[in-house]
Amino acid sequence: MPNYREHPYDVLVIGAGGAGLRAAIEAASTGASVGIVCKSLLGKAHTVMAEGGVAAALANVDERDGWRVHFADTMRGGQYLSQPRMAEIHAQEAPDRVRELEAWGALFDRTQEGRILQRNFGGHKYPRLAHVGDRTGLEMIRTLQDHGIHQGIEVHMECTVTTLLKDGERIAGAFGYDRERGRFMVFPAKAVIVATGGVGRAFRITSNSWEYTGDGHSLAYHAGAELIDMEFVQFHPTGMVWPPSVKGILVTEGVRGEGGVLKNTEGRRFMFDDIPELYRNQTAADPEEGWRYTQGDRDANRPPELLTRDHVARCIVREIKEGRGTEHGGVFLDIAWIKERLPNAEEHIKRKLPSMYHQFRELAGIDITKVPMEVGPTTHYIMGGIRVDAETQMSTVEGLFAAGECAAGLHGANRLGGNSLSDLLVFGKRAGEYAARFAAERATESYPKEQAEAAAAAALEPLDGHTSQGQNPYKLQSDLQDVMQDGVGIVRKEDEMKEALRRIDRLRRRAANVSVPGNREYNNGWHTALDLEHLLTVSEAIARSALGRPESRGAQFREDYPEKDAELGKLNTVVWRGADGEMQVRFDPVPELSEEQKKIIEENQ
Amino acid sequence: MVVNFRIWRGDASGGQLRDYSTSVTEGMVVLDAVHQIQAERANDLAVRWNCKAGKCGSCSAEVNGQPKLMCMTRMSDLDTSQSITIEPMRAFPPIRDLVTDVKWNFEAKKRIQKFTPRAPDNDDGTWNVDQGDVDRVQEFRKCIECFLCQDVCHVLREHHLHQRFIGPRLLVYSAALEMHPLDTADRTGDLRSRDGIGLCNITKCCTKVCPENITITDNAIIPLKERVVDRFYDPLRKLFRVFSG
Repeated sequence: MPNYREHPYDVLVIGAGGAGLRAAIEAASTGASVGIVCKSLLGKAHTVMAEGGVAAALANVDERDGWRVHFADTMRGGQYLSQPRMAEIHAQEAPDRVRELEAWGALFDRTQEGRILQRNFGGHKYPRLAHVGDRTGLEMIRTLQDHGIHQGIEVHMECTVTTLLKDGERIAGAFGYDRERGRFMVFPAKAVIVATGGVGRAFRITSNSWEYTGDGHSLAYHAGAELIDMEFVQFHPTGMVWPPSVKGILVTEGVRGEGGVLKNTEGRRFMFDDIPELYRNQTAADPEEGWRYTQGDRDANRPPELLTRDHVARCIVREIKEGRGTEHGGVFLDIAWIKERLPNAEEHIKRKLPSMYHQFRELAGIDITKVPMEVGPTTHYIMGGIRVDAETQMSTVEGLFAAGECAAGLHGANRLGGNSLSDLLVFGKRAGEYAARFAAERATESYPKEQAEAAAAAALEPLDGHTSQGQNPYKLQSDLQDVMQDGVGIVRKEDEMKEALRRIDRLRRRAANVSVPGNREYNNGWHTALDLEHLLTVSEAIARSALGRPESRGAQFREDYPEKDAELGKLNTVVWRGADGEMQVRFDPVPELSEEQKKIIEENQ
Repeated sequence: MVVNFRIWRGDASGGQLRDYSTSVTEGMVVLDAVHQIQAERANDLAVRWNCKAGKCGSCSAEVNGQPKLMCMTRMSDLDTSQSITIEPMRAFPPIRDLVTDVKWNFEAKKRIQKFTPRAPDNDDGTWNVDQGDVDRVQEFRKCIECFLCQDVCHVLREHHLHQRFIGPRLLVYSAALEMHPLDTADRTGDLRSRDGIGLCNITKCCTKVCPENITITDNAIIPLKERVVDRFYDPLRKLFRVFSG
């Protein structure tokens, strides 16, 4: 039996992005003992990459804004598959969560009066995103990190959880290893919060780093939790496409918020060609009106570049498919043109979009104040995830909570930009609060030792007797990325998805023979091997859910079913692990809107 | 084009440069080449990385002796007719291969007095802040904690005075707090004694390697040094202290 160290906590948080840190801070504030486990160093999680801003109806820039409008925008953006109560809580509490960050040291850009400035973003009716240039995520994660280190929270950096431990039906802790030495660790805990982010590494073209292998989704699934809405993967419309090595790196929506326009190789602003019915009333009639909107004209409607991400991504794919894309497989995103309208355009761009300027100059050798960028869709975010209670964020497993990207329910079929940073603050806080409350009502209980022993044995398998016949973990991950990109990507078809499922099954069998050289000390190959199970699980969940929804809605586009289906529009897809170990799929009705919620949506058409 | 890389492989007990050749295509950065070598030839090669876009500060290393983010170092900017040498940051203890033990930075940060805001300006608990004040301190707040500045600082790299000096990164952090428009705490006493700001002899090596182009020495460290001097060495104050006992 391998040795392991025990680190017991009242509340264990897995993941140290915005949601995990916010949850840990809240749980610690109640006096609970709190531990955080994170795969990278503190402050490196993907929250750091968020650029545009955090959505909160502060109404500092346009006093017509308020939580009711934010709620209606979120529901419309999610194509009415969001859990209404989550969307309501989110819209109501986001302003307080943003103001609280300021009390912890965050500094946002300001209005003339010295209040927090807010910018326009896709799908938000009024300027709503509090921001700091285009590096809002860094400001947020650093603020939470620097506040969190003074709250008595124990942080286990560069540690990975491979299995959740259960005592009967209840969560009892987690098993993992430290990456530095490969030592095993057990975290007995009364409550566990999963805040592990997304699944982007399942796809070839992605803005996500190595960490985003769906760990939380998969840990919860294998512990018996239900996942919902897994077919809805957000392909952000604007990722870099050239040079090849940077393909997929994000180009913030803020570029379009500041007046950037999308053009095809014929020089046409193709976004004006297709305006969805749901947004016809809110879209600019011509480029002139669109420009006025980006410059703060309150009577103007948004330019079509600021329609929701699912729609913009599909329009870009259409242009490329029909031969009007660039030679590198993208379209043009032009911010340099604003020099026709603004006297100090070059300085303005550098001030409002500093990291974009830097990123293109350093990685592509392009000056975005002078020439257009080339962009195309990139896997960015998963709306689907662990099913949670709207108030408490507890999953369908007792004592297991989830917050942030790995939890589901707020975004429905499509997430609005800016709503993820507010999501992780609002529901991170709630998860921390209710997990601590849950833990306070429970006595310390033991965890089944045999589960830890089994997890340890499984973790060691890839290192046992390395031979050249064993499967290379990097190759397996790469092959899976091709399967998902080609078979379950931005445009989906039944036969292709069925083939993808067969290939996932074959990959799973190959993964049983994964083998890595070397020992347990900071062995990236071993780490990659251990993440494979999670990636395969979420890939299967995405494919099965997508196959189960024969319609096009939000982020899911089915070439074989290009229209919406009214009946499917009332259902959430649910997957869970059956008694036989096979993945099961069913459809549950979306919770009904309350009379008040209906009224708000009608008022804000 | 096939390029030869010499990558340091080893751990705390020692190591050596090992040769790996891999093909380099247009637009590749050093981190891409390292990943390719890892996937094809050296599955257990240890390297840290995350965002691959210069925003997280994870992939710091020494490329041909220069402290760099590997994700922002383009192969086309290097002389590929020669071998490219990649080593871990030398100011920190090696863990394995390109990964070093940077925990000290996190521990030292904890000791710095935390953000302490003045009372809110408005009834709803908010403050009014001028954009100019935001801009000034944002230069420091954009630090991505790659620790390359710590890596090149002589006080840490050559003299190993980690216990007496917090290094440029944490001086930038202190400056961000000291110049924060809402902060009220006074860190000058700590800076002078515990944090060892006097040990910095303003050679500006840190500024030169900062991938975020933060003017570390001129904008952060020197103003902090001035604050310390004003506070502790001001002749008028000294006189005042003599007379007031």
